[in-house]
Amino acid sequence: MDKLDNTYLWEKLAQKFTDQVSLLTDAHNLLTVDAKEACITAVLNFLKQDEELQFIHLTDITAVHFPLQKKAFEVVYHIHSLVNNIRIRVKVQLDGENPEIPTATTVWKGANWMERETYDFYGIQFLGHPDLRRILNVDDMEVFPMRKEYPLEDPNRVDKKDLYFGR
Amino acid sequence: MSDFITKISPNNSVYEDNDPQDELITLNIGPTHPATHGVFQNVVQIDGERIVSGVSTIGYIHRAFEKIAEHRPFYQITPLTDRLNYCSAPINNMGWHMTVEKLLKIEIPKRVQYMRVIVMELARIADHIICNGILGVDTGAFSGFLYVMQEREFIYEIFEEICGARLTTNIGRIGGFERDFNDIAFAKIEEFLKRFPPVLSEFSELFDRNRIFIERTSGVAAVTPEEALDYSWSGPILRATGVDYDVRVQNPYCSYEEFDFDVPVGTKGDVYDRYLVRNAEMWQSLRIIEQALAKIEKEPKGVFHADVPEFYLPPKEQVYTNMEALIYHFKIVMGEVDTPKAEVYHAVEGANGELGFYLVHDGGRSPYRLHFRRPSFVNYQMFAPMSAGMLLSDAILNMSSLNVIAGELDA
Repeated sequence: MDKLDNTYLWEKLAQKFTDQVSLLTDAHNLLTVDAKEACITAVLNFLKQDEELQFIHLTDITAVHFPLQKKAFEVVYHIHSLVNNIRIRVKVQLDGENPEIPTATTVWKGANWMERETYDFYGIQFLGHPDLRRILNVDDMEVFPMRKEYPLEDPNRVDKKDLYFGR
Repeated sequence: MSDFITKISPNNSVYEDNDPQDELITLNIGPTHPATHGVFQNVVQIDGERIVSGVSTIGYIHRAFEKIAEHRPFYQITPLTDRLNYCSAPINNMGWHMTVEKLLKIEIPKRVQYMRVIVMELARIADHIICNGILGVDTGAFSGFLYVMQEREFIYEIFEEICGARLTTNIGRIGGFERDFNDIAFAKIEEFLKRFPPVLSEFSELFDRNRIFIERTSGVAAVTPEEALDYSWSGPILRATGVDYDVRVQNPYCSYEEFDFDVPVGTKGDVYDRYLVRNAEMWQSLRIIEQALAKIEKEPKGVFHADVPEFYLPPKEQVYTNMEALIYHFKIVMGEVDTPKAEVYHAVEGANGELGFYLVHDGGRSPYRLHFRRPSFVNYQMFAPMSAGMLLSDAILNMSSLNVIAGELDA
């Protein structure tokens, strides 16, 4: 068959998961979809196992923090179908109070350290992860340093305030 | 520390009945063991010379690059990327600038793209020769390393000619280069193309059919393509298993699609195959550089950056004398230029595999979120599970052949 394109990929996902996934964008030719937390394992499994899609390579897992939103965390998966040479970005919005999501290590073993890193930085609990410990920071650290609540610079500095630059 | 040693095996033994003869020894490989080639640790349980289980610990040089990047304008992130894989800094550097250019939708002139190809391939060679050279050292053969070290020095001289720095090069700019390659740089690149093949051939002769080397490496740490893909491997070690995934071919950047080169693959995925794949890749890199030089000849001279004054730093002499240049310089350095809200993932083929930059930008002065997909980090996680059942001396070779760079591992 012809090369898979984003439209076809999205139709296939929408057909399978109906209201569990929603289309966000395909800017820069990378299809980005939002998946519900409950079905993320099923979505990842489908992407990997489907004979036509074959997203066999988990490129990356990471997270982004949006402290002002109710769903403050966004876990982001980049997955690559080496066979069809197409990539997809799957996002899951998580609650800010107690972020929890099923682990992807059941789908790819390579998710192990990526999830540990995400836990280390953001405190997101990956349920069912075989060994969820900090990986880059010390074990007895009590905070999750990449959350936006820890500003790096002196808040009293005025030379970088938007106000003074007309923004 | 004691916590996770107990986690490996309560009572320091994997055997249920504590027969004294079956007691295991806990051994620390690293953080400062010469064979770890960087600051990382493996606590392994050994039965005689055989590893029973192990746990890897990383993070000894974690420098919080991603956090720092959230507080810096684009240009000031460049030095961070240089320090990821410091053996091939220009690839990280170019990868970062390409990500920004993708975000800003900047078109790069062909000549600049070819110049970038040359720099990146030189960096790849510099990285591969050190990896293979060190692999030789770990099997007890020192001379190969000495031969190739000279060549790496020569590549560094080329970098020095291009940008003034050798190791952490800071070689790129948004839109191109800070300056054009001068005649001496071109002459040196051509000289390198002449002097390197005999050295590489000699290096191959030392090892390729060396009985000791083959017996130490062949069949060691063999990985199947399925396992490698399951662990998200990429780069030479994935290709050694027989999967021909190369970002330069699958998702070409910098006009790689115009170049004629092969993607070497292995068959068994063992240490010997990884060595062979890296060696073969160096020959391909030479081919690419040769083609790039020929292509540059046909492009108009003196073009070394895109025409994007709002993002490309003005020449320093103009900053001192010209008001417009001073304003642009200030605005660019302070991150006061308009940038779109967007989300970009860009990947390049680093020396160790897919090096990706995930950039979430809210239109502000610095990235809202920047995540580095470091190949060493992803590749290395298989080390501990695959070491179980391996001889200690084989595990050391396995570690060398994975080419784990501590800067890239920890970021």
